[in-house]
Amino acid sequence: MGMTSAQKRGFGATLWDWLTTVDHKKIGILYLAGGGFFFLLGGLEAVIIRIQLISPENNFISAGLYNEMITMHGTTMIFLAAMPILLGLMNFIMPLQIGARDVAFPFLNSLGFWLFLFGGVLLNLSWFTGAPDAGWTNYAPLSIQSPGHGVDFYIMGLQLSGAGTLMGGINFIVTIVLMRAPGMTYMRMPLFTWTTFVASILILFAFPALTVGLFLMMFDRMFGSAFFDAALGGNAVIWQHLFWIFGHPEVYILILPVFGVFSEVFPTFAKKRLFGYTAMVFATFLIAFLGFMVWAHHMFTVGLGPVANSIFAVATMAIAVPTGIKIFNWLFTLWGGSIKINSAMLWSLAFIPSFTIGGMTGVMLASAVADYQYHDSYFVIGHFHYVIVGGTVFGILAGLHYWWPKMFGKYLHEGLGQISFWTFFVGFHLTFFIQHFLGLMGMPRRYWVFLENQGLDTGNLISSIGAFFMSFGVIVFLINIIYTTIKGKKAPRDAWGSGRTLEWTISSPPVHYNYKQLPLVRGLDPLWIEKMEGNKKMTPAEPVDEIHMPNGSILPLIMTIGFTIASYGFIYQTGNKYWLIAVYAGMAIALISMLTRSLKDDHGHHISKEELERVGD
Amino acid sequence: MTDEMSTRKINSFQKQKNKQEMQKMVVSFALMIFFTLVAFALVMLEVPSTYVIPIILLLAFVQVSFQFFYFMHLKDKGHEVPSQIIYGGVFITVMVALTFTVITWW
Ligand code: HEM
Ligand SMILES: [Cu+2]
Repeated sequence: MGMTSAQKRGFGATLWDWLTTVDHKKIGILYLAGGGFFFLLGGLEAVIIRIQLISPENNFISAGLYNEMITMHGTTMIFLAAMPILLGLMNFIMPLQIGARDVAFPFLNSLGFWLFLFGGVLLNLSWFTGAPDAGWTNYAPLSIQSPGHGVDFYIMGLQLSGAGTLMGGINFIVTIVLMRAPGMTYMRMPLFTWTTFVASILILFAFPALTVGLFLMMFDRMFGSAFFDAALGGNAVIWQHLFWIFGHPEVYILILPVFGVFSEVFPTFAKKRLFGYTAMVFATFLIAFLGFMVWAHHMFTVGLGPVANSIFAVATMAIAVPTGIKIFNWLFTLWGGSIKINSAMLWSLAFIPSFTIGGMTGVMLASAVADYQYHDSYFVIGHFHYVIVGGTVFGILAGLHYWWPKMFGKYLHEGLGQISFWTFFVGFHLTFFIQHFLGLMGMPRRYWVFLENQGLDTGNLISSIGAFFMSFGVIVFLINIIYTTIKGKKAPRDAWGSGRTLEWTISSPPVHYNYKQLPLVRGLDPLWIEKMEGNKKMTPAEPVDEIHMPNGSILPLIMTIGFTIASYGFIYQTGNKYWLIAVYAGMAIALISMLTRSLKDDHGHHISKEELERVGD
Repeated sequence: MTDEMSTRKINSFQKQKNKQEMQKMVVSFALMIFFTLVAFALVMLEVPSTYVIPIILLLAFVQVSFQFFYFMHLKDKGHEVPSQIIYGGVFITVMVALTFTVITWW
């Protein structure tokens, strides 16, 4: 093991290595690949939706399939694409930024990834037998009455992947609390680490609400309970509450990490320290805190009454304040900097106006009275795509361009990067800006067709054309990845020459133990401090000594397979009780793996001092 | 990763402390089981619900406190950040429960 594992091996050995890996960097890459795959799938679904809506009363797909398409698009993009890609970036970068050799619970990390992947695959297998069709919000009673097994796949798929996400969140919290390098106090942590930390806390508190909601839904659909059935004394609105108690923090789980990305990209390419670091940290916490008290703004029209609506409206508008603080801090970071523009920077710069528009429409929606007009119209679609695409997706792409050389040792091609940026950027605004007006003119969301000559034709056509531009941008990005993998320019440690944080002090890509000697952190932006003092390297905090690393394990994968089999059993046992065998068998596999894990001691392996010295740096 | 190193460093003072810690754990564990039995007994003896509900809520509160302070080490030194996070979670939970109560009965 150890260094020798980097040598050339056969396909089987490589595959085994990836299936059993507990290395946070490899798991990060797996998350990126898995999330990327689902992003393409969700994108395909989006394009199909836009083709259906390209002209009035179009018949490209049937009404039922359309419902499945919008449901799977939303669910896939939020749960299986955006969030896992972010978890991938966090997984790879955060431990490097705090000077750690791995996350706190490497085994759990791998289990989290496999649960996400199998949850996603399970959900998508529903395409063969009928996908969920009650919207990504899966409101009862529609979801309770939806025939077939579609919604059951939604429940079990999200339950699996949600468990994985929860594990990821807990893991990151513990890692950041316990594993910071010597000298790395909380207020010396890079902003991306901070936002990872806060987003993980959001995951920790928000996901249980989803878990509970999904369980209640599962009991209602599979075991004859009536939590959401008004006829039997249940209450359908409870689902909406549980979903949004989870759902609103979820949108901040999606945006906070990319706030962190921008806070790394701007200082690097403006060659200036981040303006208002303390205010940024404080604003992040404030957003997270307020994020938990605004969920009912998704339910203004449910009939909670004027008092509840007013309270939630005011709380919602308050979030715009810390968000505004952040926007201004980024602008001041750029102000007077010696700015270098490249793809990473373009995505970041484009984020500022795009996201601000989304924030503005958000405040409009937060006005409860006005929301009676906007609600469930294309205006809302416009709003959340401005924040999610203009925020999260732009941020992901900025982060990928920025850290690609660190993760894979090669620069993404700059020209291709700019082509995909401009086409995607133009396409994005073409697609979604006009949707605000479509909504204001009365076009409802989630409708299969719209009628001719109601003033909606041109707007929808423009919107669909924009979607093709975005697709083109994504394809160019894929080509860029392939090109870079084959012929990309090699990157040194400090790939951009103006790196400030610890990840730029180690080789690109990093060795599997990250740091031969843990670095001594002497302040915020530790690498920058050393550079300013004319040092070529970080000061080590320890002598070269044996390094202890965790061993890989196949158990997380086996455990996940067990749970997946059990999920299938749960879904189909409603029709045929023999499927209970799958439930028991699957659970047995999972439990036996857990038992094995608990009883079998695994002390990991050591990389000897001699070996480390042989490697040089 | 760190377990091994810390076990190497354990000295007799630590051992003494660990023993005390263990005693506290066992005592609170026994108490928790006792509380659970009491709760069950109250329901099975069909004590009127006006009494049972507040008593069970009280027992639940005490149990949660034991859970947090003893089993999850909130009382220990050097656990400030995790404690803060847990208090945050408690705050959010209470607030959500409060909102539900207000929305339902007001
Ligand atoms: C200034 C900040 C924001 C405010 C004031 C705000 C406000 C709102 C309101 C009031 C709604 C409900 C509209 C309706 O259904 O009638 C809404 C919907 C939505 N928002 Fe935001 N928002 C903000 C930021 C964000 C961010 C940062 C994201 C995600 C990254 C986001 C994602 C969403 C989504 C996904 C929906 C639609 C959910 C659905 O019904 O399917 N919002 N927003
Ligand atoms: Cu919201």
